[in-house]
Amino acid sequence: METIILFAPLVGALICGFGWKLIGEEAGMWVATGLLFLACLLSWIVFLSFDGEMERIQVLRFIESGSLSTDWAIRLDRLTAIMLIVVTTVSALVHLYSWGYMAHDDNFKHGESYRPRFFAYLSFFTFAMLMLVTSDNLVQMFFGWEGVGVASYLLIGFYFRKPSANAAAIKAFIVNRVGDFGFALGIFGIFFLVDSINFSDIFAAAPDLAHKDIGFLWTRWNAAELCAFLLFVGAMGKSAQLILHTWLPDAMEGPTPVSALIHAATMVTAGVFLVCRMSPLIEFAPHAKSFIVVLGASTAFFAATVGLVQNDIKRVIAYSTCSQLGYMFVAAGVGVYSVAMFHLLTHAFFKAMLFLGAGSVIHAMHHEQDMRNYGALRAKVPYTFWAMMIGTLAITGVGIPLTGWLGFAGFVSKDAIIESSWAGGTAASSYAFWLLVVAALFTSFYSWRLMFLTFYGEARGDKHAHEHAHESPMTMIAPLGVLAIGAVFAGMIWYKPFFGDHAAVEKFFGIPSAHAEATEHAAVHLPMAANAQEAHGGEGDHAAPAEEDHGEEHAAPMAAPGDGAIYMAPDNHVLSEAHHAPVLVKLAPFIAMLIGFGTAWLFYIRDKSLPKRLAEAQRPLYLFLLNKWYFDEVYDVIFVQPAKWIGRKLWRVGDLGTIDGFLNGLAMGVVPFFTRLAGRAQSGYVFTYAFAMVLGVVVLVSWMTIGGGAH
Amino acid sequence: MTSADLSAIAPEILISLYAMAALLFGAYTGKDKTAPLLVWVTSGLMVLVGLWIGLSGEGTNTAFHGMFTDDAFSRFGKVTVLFSAAAVMVMSEGYMARRNLLRFEFPILIALATVGMMVMVSAGDLMTLYMGLELQSLALYVVAALRRDSAKSTEAGLKYFVLGALSSGLLLYGASLTYGYAGTTLFSGIVSVASEGDIPLGLLFGLVFMITGLAFKVSAVPFHMWTPDVYEGSPTPVTAFFATAPKVAAIGLFARVMHDAFGQVVPDWSQVIALLSVLSMFLGAIAAIGQRDIKRLMAYSSIAHMGYALMGLAAGTQFGVQAMLVYMAIYVTMNIGTFAFILSMERDGQQVTDIASLNLYSKKSPGRALAMLILLFSLAGVPPLVGFFGKFYVLKAAVEADLTWLAVAGVVASVIGAFYYIRIVYLMYFGEEREGLDAGGSPVLAGFLMASAAAMVLGVINLFGVEAMAAAAAATLVN
Repeated sequence: METIILFAPLVGALICGFGWKLIGEEAGMWVATGLLFLACLLSWIVFLSFDGEMERIQVLRFIESGSLSTDWAIRLDRLTAIMLIVVTTVSALVHLYSWGYMAHDDNFKHGESYRPRFFAYLSFFTFAMLMLVTSDNLVQMFFGWEGVGVASYLLIGFYFRKPSANAAAIKAFIVNRVGDFGFALGIFGIFFLVDSINFSDIFAAAPDLAHKDIGFLWTRWNAAELCAFLLFVGAMGKSAQLILHTWLPDAMEGPTPVSALIHAATMVTAGVFLVCRMSPLIEFAPHAKSFIVVLGASTAFFAATVGLVQNDIKRVIAYSTCSQLGYMFVAAGVGVYSVAMFHLLTHAFFKAMLFLGAGSVIHAMHHEQDMRNYGALRAKVPYTFWAMMIGTLAITGVGIPLTGWLGFAGFVSKDAIIESSWAGGTAASSYAFWLLVVAALFTSFYSWRLMFLTFYGEARGDKHAHEHAHESPMTMIAPLGVLAIGAVFAGMIWYKPFFGDHAAVEKFFGIPSAHAEATEHAAVHLPMAANAQEAHGGEGDHAAPAEEDHGEEHAAPMAAPGDGAIYMAPDNHVLSEAHHAPVLVKLAPFIAMLIGFGTAWLFYIRDKSLPKRLAEAQRPLYLFLLNKWYFDEVYDVIFVQPAKWIGRKLWRVGDLGTIDGFLNGLAMGVVPFFTRLAGRAQSGYVFTYAFAMVLGVVVLVSWMTIGGGAH
Repeated sequence: MTSADLSAIAPEILISLYAMAALLFGAYTGKDKTAPLLVWVTSGLMVLVGLWIGLSGEGTNTAFHGMFTDDAFSRFGKVTVLFSAAAVMVMSEGYMARRNLLRFEFPILIALATVGMMVMVSAGDLMTLYMGLELQSLALYVVAALRRDSAKSTEAGLKYFVLGALSSGLLLYGASLTYGYAGTTLFSGIVSVASEGDIPLGLLFGLVFMITGLAFKVSAVPFHMWTPDVYEGSPTPVTAFFATAPKVAAIGLFARVMHDAFGQVVPDWSQVIALLSVLSMFLGAIAAIGQRDIKRLMAYSSIAHMGYALMGLAAGTQFGVQAMLVYMAIYVTMNIGTFAFILSMERDGQQVTDIASLNLYSKKSPGRALAMLILLFSLAGVPPLVGFFGKFYVLKAAVEADLTWLAVAGVVASVIGAFYYIRIVYLMYFGEEREGLDAGGSPVLAGFLMASAAAMVLGVINLFGVEAMAAAAAATLVN
């Protein structure tokens, strides 16, 4: 069944991409969409019937070279199962949605066939993403990782006649190369240290890595820290975290369904998935964890501030995505991987819906994307409005405070993250806590700003567009409805297994329970636990008494790394302590949400001149945010211009001047000269030929006599 | 003269007797009307003899007190010579018949030339060497002038004869010097004299003169100048023959003299041959660029290819000889295919050799154009094809023998040479509309063309086992 899930999209992509000329455009698209829905159905069956025990399904032998021996296999555990439903569900819905959205496109000439290509790319992307999440080893994962990169490149540049789309596609590809270089170095490092790239071997060796040193660049590093850090660099690129985030907003040049599928729900979360997948290694790298927390929190804050002032509806959501990914990394960094996955899941639903809703609005407004030209669309596109409303309620985190679980999806998972970051107990996590709360305020503000500007107030911009605004076809509304269900209920349904209850989390992720097997495994795991405490130094000492205090309820999970889908070190109590956060901490995100909503209402409903006045009063700050903290400009000066300069030099001086000049001179000057000479020597007279022979004899004899031949 | 002597030389005797019988048969029966029959019988006999030699021969047998050697090396040379000669004759039959060129002497002369070549590669003595060489050459002088009523053809025959006589003189002078200083004409005797440490200067002179004589036969620069004129002037089937079997025999003889008679003074002749090699490669590559006639172009191409084969010889090692033999086997296969194509180049029934006539040939006969493309790429040494491996082996041999400069020069020359091969491909596929060639042609020629092209592609798997045979042959020569 898992094999069918994995290969159905590939088959769909091949049939649709190469076979549509045979079977027709529509038939090809139906095949791709149908196979995706099949994969989606099977994924849900797998997810719901999965019992938490890791399964391995061999597909074929992959690489056999020296000590590198790798299978192509599906590793089915809870992480994979979660990703399967996220990827296939969103992908299936986006396929369906694209029937409506891509039906007529002004970027292509009349009669030009572009839809089968689009569907084939989408299906290919889905296959690559499934390869990534089902992988059993790092190389297979890297294969999927690069596969989604290629698909992302192709889809961002889908409107290949637009120079901006091509530029964005190239930018996404190049920025990702930086991250992928880190990822590849991480894989090399792990192979160097562990002599294997299979997850099970790596996880088993993870505790040893914490005591090893490895020389890299100018100094020696702790092996676990270095590998964890390098892998995270890969995650930073793919998940658009700070420093490597610049490609994501530009990627909005692609068609909106692409943004929903790739740049909101699935591909960009691959980094979070990678960190969770490698949790047995990450757990032994406390400094790398802190780095992840700081970077995630900074990204969440930074992206939220930029999102405040953007005017392009898709860019607002793009920055929102960037920011939410920061939240996920904070959760992973403080050690509650289940919560990171929880937010990944709920975010997939509501963010895909927001994008598809935005797509529906764009579709209605004839590809107008500037929110300043929207307004009062509530009545024109009622279904879209309600879908967007649910999405906004979910992302801003509306729910009943202090219950913890009764609310929209985003409320449950985001509060879980904020509480966890408070419970993290390190300097990094306190920093994260404050930034995340502020970011929650901003999130609420920009989300409501988007709603108010788009659906409320009076119609602005092109009158013609507003008059012709119409609700989207059923193929576009239906996916919104399905996603709305997820956005409302996903949090409440899966609260317990992801966050609510320690035992439920362990059972859900297949971690051997401490209660049942503690005695059995004690002998095996005690030395390891001791090692871990040594490694963690002061923290470990502090953790031991805590364990005693809390007794039964807080018994450490005594699983070995790699036993379950995720691994939490014995001294990792963040999950439990998060539930004991003070009331004020638990209320903080809700209050932030209310303030954000209130400000947005004040700015865009009550007093519409206020934003303008504020922007003028705080002009430098406004420009700073509007220009995305000048990241692109700085990069342009530091990296792009010098690279272009070197490229130009190498081209002009090196290639054109030296190589071409030399070769052209040789090929067009020297060689023809000798050709003419040889032609003239070939006179046709026997005496010339005989003379040449005699001359040859003389030369050879002289050479032999003088040139050392004769001693 | 014992029966062991006779059995060692039996194939040569068989073909000689056949040639004489066929001459009588032709002269006293239908004269030229018997020619097609004789062509087929001669080719059949050659193939049979080739199979006989290839399958039954084993070990090293010397006959006539060492004047004649039958070993794996000579067998490799003989089989290649016989098969290529048979192939060229079969290809020529239709072409010559249609142009009223098919004299009954033609197959007989070819058979006699072949006997000469077989003696050449088996030579164990300067006398045998000269006998084989002259038997081959005299037959070839005649076939070059086969088209008696054509000025060009007779001119070619005459030029070849005059220059060949000069080269024979040089060779004989070298042989006499060698005899004078070594006191024997047997290779085994010469090698023992040369191995006594200080080699007499006179022997070295003899060596150089013999090299010049042999270099003429393999058309190495600067003894190559007859080649383009003779190739152009001779009837095309004769050119095809010149480009294949005699080259194998000549380079085989070259290797035999160098290793059997002068095997102890490798550095002395290695430098001379390296010089000939590098000159041939560059002149072949550079001069061919200026050619407009495909036969002349193939003449320069063969000069360049001989340069590469000599590179293997210049290495002076066992692997060098192996590389040289592999190179020659590949070269012969490529040339048979290419000449099958050239023989089929016709416009209104008339032979055309102008390269410009190939413009947009791919539109008329895509299959043949594709086969020719493969052959040309293989001749140029473009990687996935067999021609590349031939070059690769000789380059490797040169590098292993510390002749890296020669290998580098070979690579540079092959880059220059690729130009004119690829220009033909360019004309066939992207040229301009002009008066082209007739489509279609003889199925025999097409068969040879396709088989040769297919061999260039399929051979990459294991070179059809030629490599192992060449290794065995090289092992018996160099030890």
